[in-house]
Formats: sequence, C-alpha cells, structure tokens
Amino acid sequence: MDALTIGGLTKQYRSGVQALNGISLCVKEGDFYGLLGPNGAGKTTTIGIITSLITKTSGTVKIFGIDIDDDFPAAKKLIGVVPQEYNFSIFEKVIDIVCQQAGYYGMSRAEALVSAEKYLRRLGLWDKRQVAARELSGGMKRRLMIARGLVHEPRLLILDEPTAGVDVELRRGMWDFLEKLNGDGRTIILTTHYLEEAEQLCERIAIIAHGEIVIDTGKRELLRRLDTETFVLDTRAPVHTIRPLDLVSFTIVDETTIELTMPHTLSLNTIFAHLAEHGIIVESMRNKTNRLEELFMELVEA
Amino acid sequence: MKDALIALSCISRKETTRIFRIWIQTLVPPVITMTLYFIIFGRLIGSQLRDIGGYNYMAFIAPGLIMMSIITNSYTNTVSSFFSAKFQRNVEELLVSPTPDWAIVLGYVSGGMVRGLCVGVLVTVVSIFFAGLSVYNLFFIVIFGLLTSFVFSLAGMINGIFAKKFDDVSIIPTFVITPLTYLGGVFYSISLLPDFWRTVSKINPIIYMVDGFRYGFLGIHDISVYGGVSILVVFAVILFGANLYLLKKGVGIRS
Ligand SMILES: Nc1ncnc2c1ncn2[C@@H]1O[C@H](COP(=O)(O)OP(=O)(O)OP(=O)(O)O)[C@@H](O)[C@H]1O
Ligand SMILES: [Mg+2]
Repeated sequence: MDALTIGGLTKQYRSGVQALNGISLCVKEGDFYGLLGPNGAGKTTTIGIITSLITKTSGTVKIFGIDIDDDFPAAKKLIGVVPQEYNFSIFEKVIDIVCQQAGYYGMSRAEALVSAEKYLRRLGLWDKRQVAARELSGGMKRRLMIARGLVHEPRLLILDEPTAGVDVELRRGMWDFLEKLNGDGRTIILTTHYLEEAEQLCERIAIIAHGEIVIDTGKRELLRRLDTETFVLDTRAPVHTIRPLDLVSFTIVDETTIELTMPHTLSLNTIFAHLAEHGIIVESMRNKTNRLEELFMELVEA
Repeated sequence: MKDALIALSCISRKETTRIFRIWIQTLVPPVITMTLYFIIFGRLIGSQLRDIGGYNYMAFIAPGLIMMSIITNSYTNTVSSFFSAKFQRNVEELLVSPTPDWAIVLGYVSGGMVRGLCVGVLVTVVSIFFAGLSVYNLFFIVIFGLLTSFVFSLAGMINGIFAKKFDDVSIIPTFVITPLTYLGGVFYSISLLPDFWRTVSKINPIIYMVDGFRYGFLGIHDISVYGGVSILVVFAVILFGANLYLLKKGVGIRS
C-alpha cells in the first residue's frame, strides 16, 4: 500500500511566489524516504500541504489511500509531523505539550500519559517532563517535537530537517532512533540538507529543486549514476605539465596540487604508474567531495 | 465525535491552566480596577447623587460594573490567547490534528468564559462588600452572565483570528468595546436620557446585557429582559457561525 501519493501538486503563495510546479511522488508503506533539496526548494511547502497548514493551489494528495479533499481529518489521524521550526508554547511544560497533542487526536488522558512517557523516555526527556519548554536546549526542543509527533502513534511520520542544529553525537542517536521506528514498520519521510544523512538513513531519495522533483529513485540507483570520480593529489615536487592519459582529465590546481577525474572502470594503479613514469611522486590523495553531493549539485543546477 | 469532545476538553483544560498560571495578569487587575470604581464612583461621587429606580447610586452601578468585567475579560482572554497561539505557532498543533473547527472555537471560547465568569464572581464578591448587593432573580443573572460571556468570547476569537500583530489585540477593546460599555448604561439609566439619545442608545447591544443583568440583581429594568436574551442568542449564533466560516477558510492561520 502507498503511504503517500502526491500527484501534480502546485502551490502559488498569495505573494505570487510559485513554490511548487506540479510535483508527483509516491511513498510506499514502510519506506524510509528522503526529500532532499536546497533552501527554498519547496520541501516545507510540500509538508505544509500534507499536514493542512498550507492550502494547495492544485493537485492531489492521498494518505494511505485517503484523499485529503475527501476526508482530511481521517488522513490527519495517520500522520505525525515534526516541523522545521519550533512551534510549541514555550511557557508550557514538556509533559503537557505532549499530552495535549495526544488529546487533540482523541486519546484519553490515561492513554496519553502512557504514550507520552514511552516516547519521552525513549528520547531522553523524561527527567525534563516538568520543565517549561523555554528551559530546554535546542537539541532537547527538537526531541520534544519528535515525541509530540509520535505520541498518537501515527503510521506515517514526517520530519522536516529534524537534525538541523543538533550535535554529531545526538544526531547519531536520532538516526538510531529513527531507524528503529522504521524497523517497526513505520513509514518515515524526512527532509534534509545533509546528504550524509539521506545516504545513511533513506532507502529512497527524491531530490527537489525550484519546486520540481528532479529525481526520485532508490539510493543505490542514485549512486550508480555516478560513473566518474574526482580525486585531489598532492605531489612532492612542483609539477608544470602532465602528459595526457586516455579517459582521464588532469588539472593542475597549483604547483603541488593536481585534480583528476576518471571513470570507475579505470584502476588507480594505471594513474599512479602513468604519473611515476613522468617523475611525479604523489604524497597524499583524497576524494574531492562526497559523491552524492556532487550528483546533487549537478541535478539541482541543471 | 468522541475524539472531538476529548480534543475540546483538552483545549479547555489548557486554556484554564493558562488563566490560573498567570492569575496575576488575568484575575487580579480587574478586581483592583473594579474596587477603585466602587470607591470613586460609588462611595465618593455616588454619595452626592440621588437614587436611581429606588436604589442608591452604588447599588445601581454594581451590576453594570460586574457585567463590564465579564465583557472585557471574556473578550481579552480569547483574543490574547488565540493570538499568542498564532504568534508562537503552537496553533499548528491543533491545525495538524483532526480536531474539528467547532471544537477549536468552543475550546478557546470556554477559556474566555472561565476567565470572564471567574472575574465576574470576584467582582460580585467585591460588590457585595461595598454595595450590599442582593439577588432578585438568579435565573436572569446566570443567563445574562453566561450568554454575555459566550458572545464576547466569540467576538474575541474573531479578533484573534484576524490579529496580525500585538497592537491588533487591543484596538477593538479600546476603540469599540470600552466606549460602548461606558455608553451602555453602566453608570446611568437610559430613562434619564432625552428621547432621541434613548433611541440611539438602543442600537448599542451592551445596553441589553447590562439592563438584563441589573434586572437579575435589582428587579428594575429599562427595556425588555426577554428582548435582551433574544438579542444575545442571535449574536451568539451569528458570531459562532462567523468563527466557523473564518477557520474553514483558513483566514489568518493557513497560508
Ligand atoms: N508563507 C509564505 N509566503 C510566501 N512565500 C513563501 C511562504 N513560505 C515559503 N515561501 C516561498 O516558497 C518557496 C519554497 O519555500 P519552502 O519553505 O517550501 O522551502 P524549503 O525547501 O523548505 O527550504 P529550506 O530548506 O530553506 O527549509 C521559497 O521561495 C519561499 O520563499
Ligand atoms: Mg524548509
């Protein structure tokens, strides 16, 4: 079953900004789906439409087969959302924020307390339950929003940049947490700027730019599209010229730095042999950029 | 339906908690203001005035002052609470949930009523102390108190829906509600006015609320109390409908 189907979705804000130009995508139940895109691509707008905070201009959205135009309340029941920006009352206590949210979904006070305790414990916030939200650190506030998004046990969890402003250790912890949730069968959609995050977590990745989906595919296929790789070499002595080599392009960046791009089919040994033959000794070598990032830039700029 | 009622009680509970959490801002100031009114208008100035409808001036203004507190506090509570929920964006917690619009409206309105009526009761206690107020007809006191509080909470909600900045919260209370209350027969009987002004006064809906409420305490009235109840019911229906319409259209809350 499809957890989310979006067809030809467009959004023009009252200000005239065209944020979405007819995007279509499909998320299967149980997927861990990454929506990647640069600032202003339309990620938050898309999530806003799915969660009713933003009204669409045209197109269709279905949540587990329920069209939001037919029965939005029924669709909303199945979704949990963790927004990009803090949107809780900073004066209220952590436990109240989470329990109230459960109540808005029709959970009794007793059920709400059980579920709130479960998620606040799992997210390491149980000790802070009586604290007003304004006294939490940034990372704790994010986790509070995750607990709030999960308290009514949604089948689809949507997170808008959940790890922005979260330190490395906490980010790893959150990744583990999300992977476990997904392992339990929950569908997760996540937006992020961090390619590493998408690469680590998501089985399917869609890239959105200027309100359009540029690619929507499995992570493996995405990586396979990269048939060349770029390396940066530091040489021991200054280099002035390099003899050309078939299939490889060399650039001299400065006297002791060479950049080369080569297809995967070629072996590094060939390169080194070729360089050694011309008296160039390589001292160190690194991958130029994250490969996914390169593809990302390529697609987004196209 | 059961889910919606749980959601409604949740909003009510949150609103009530808020009122008592910040009681220094919500409950104390109106009591102080009204005590000052009693001292200045009732005791100092009132003692120089003659009786109205067989009651001394202090007793005459007491029901109107209670009504005035109910009106301002019901209104202020919903407008500021809903605006602050928009401002802090926690209104989104409700909007993403399946809670129906009517439950959102009634939830916030219940908060306004709790505050309006709590202040009303406190001011009544003060009135009993200063004016030795007695009860003529409890039914009308309760019905006018509840309906007025409901109507002004609904009106405050509409203001909260439209409000875009902090200033928008106080414009209507300052420029519309306060003048209408002062001209609403709190401090005088409209029977003392010349014919023309008496007729004009009857356009002001607050006249009917103050008059009916006063009838409940003192047993005197300038206009029909049943007319007052009907007007309040009509206002309640119109304002509730307007709230539902605005929320459905997403005015001020969905982009
Ligand atoms: N409320 C709004 N009114 C008018 N324009 C808006 C509004 N919200 C967003 N936009 C515009 O819509 C476009 C898409 O914004 P959106 O917030 O969806 O991007 P995003 O992909 O979430 O970006 P980021 O990664 O920075 O969060 C941007 O050009 C933005 O300026
Ligand atoms: Mg965004």
